[in-house]
Amino acid sequence: MIHEKGLPSMQSTPVVAIDDLHKSYGDHHVLKGISLRAHEGDVVSLIGSSGSGKSTLLRCINLLEIPNAGSLRVNDEEVRFRQGRGGVREIADLRQVERLRATLSMVFQNFNLWPHRTVLENVIEAPVHVLGEKRQDAIAHAEQLLEKVGLAHKRHDYPSFLSGGQQQRVAIARALAVRPKVMLFDEPTSALDPELVGDVLKVIRDIAQEGRTMILVTHEMAFARDVSTQVVYLHQGQIEEQGPPQQVMLDPHSERCRQFVMAQNNRS
Amino acid sequence: MDLTWLNDFSSELLRGAGLTVQLLLISAGFGFVLAIAMALGRLSNSVVLANACRFVSSVIRGTPLLVQIYILYYGVGSVLASYPLIRGGVLWPYLREGFWYVALALTLSVGAYVGEVLRSGLRAVPRGELEAARAYGMRRGQILRRVWLPRALQMVRPTLAGESVMLLKSTALASTVAVTDLLGAANIVRSQTLRVYEPLLLVAITYIVLALIIEKSFKLMGTTSQRRV
Repeated sequence: MIHEKGLPSMQSTPVVAIDDLHKSYGDHHVLKGISLRAHEGDVVSLIGSSGSGKSTLLRCINLLEIPNAGSLRVNDEEVRFRQGRGGVREIADLRQVERLRATLSMVFQNFNLWPHRTVLENVIEAPVHVLGEKRQDAIAHAEQLLEKVGLAHKRHDYPSFLSGGQQQRVAIARALAVRPKVMLFDEPTSALDPELVGDVLKVIRDIAQEGRTMILVTHEMAFARDVSTQVVYLHQGQIEEQGPPQQVMLDPHSERCRQFVMAQNNRS
Repeated sequence: MDLTWLNDFSSELLRGAGLTVQLLLISAGFGFVLAIAMALGRLSNSVVLANACRFVSSVIRGTPLLVQIYILYYGVGSVLASYPLIRGGVLWPYLREGFWYVALALTLSVGAYVGEVLRSGLRAVPRGELEAARAYGMRRGQILRRVWLPRALQMVRPTLAGESVMLLKSTALASTVAVTDLLGAANIVRSQTLRVYEPLLLVAITYIVLALIIEKSFKLMGTTSQRRV
């Protein structure tokens, strides 16, 4: 196996390993057997039309959704499930999931900052109260991160006083504050006004270039092409095309994937 | 207006006002804890627990507070009195007093009414904020303490201020079971001086002042949130 610079090492154990994952809501089968690996330093972009299951897949990784079947390993640790009442699969050990979640971090489409806490308090919340960091250290780290996303001057403001783009950059600082193994982005720019998208993408691009492991759901094709090490095209709950961005976006095997990428490119 | 009686009865009136405030604080404090339990119970996934809480809440909200106080004081109180063991026990000095029966009735009331208010507040907190808390690895108790409850309280704060003033006024029912609260003290003045209006006016003014203090403190609590919208 060739180990090129900038490409993930194939020998290392994946940080996230998904095998034959299924998720359905009642009769609606959203994910139909997804297998995916993310190694350290990977930037995996999930693309696909709405309803293809890409957000659900992302939410299965930090167990905001519980998959009905299939296995999930995070940091080389198998997530344990059990059969609950009525045969519904549930989390076997909530403590384990809470521990794993603390090593992941998520940036949501709608930011989901905590409105009753200031920008700084939002960023230090998880480090102090979940990871048990010293408040002083957490504040120092948070200020550094807020500086990085260009919002140090807003640290004592409440989220409702910020624009959408600013809120999302705070959310990214909050996600970085836990020193995550993997960052999950769920359509981070979809709820933003077009003129605010650039700032947020720039921040995410900078983080990606630092070599952080990221899995992101996005509709920004140009962005996905530039930052990803791997692009995954989902169609109706299955992976239809998967590979390096050049291949998936310029020379896909699947006709549907080709059309999707073309339509998205024309849109923007 | 003749206020000469004020001197002779000032200590009774002050003690009465103190008792009213005590009733208010005790039932508000215990009631609030009970209200959280009731709200969470009603939102519980367990159908049995949710229905039990709804039933208790309906019973308490569906019967007059005065009737509840009578049932507790004359009913439960006299049953307890018929057991020599309890009569002779260390708790009897408290169990004999109307005060604790009223405090219990008020606590139950607060639990039922404020429980409903809190339930609506808890339901109104946007799912995403709780999801973010889960996604960052917070435990259930932490989510409740640090995100869910504070956000719910923020939303229902005006209603809670109203409920607290209602509670203050409900404490006046204590005077019906021989508790010398503020109104009870005024009744003593009335019976001994045969003056009707002056003591009652004084009592009314005192309640208004207390109500204003309650409203003001709720306003002060709100300045921490600073939400535009």
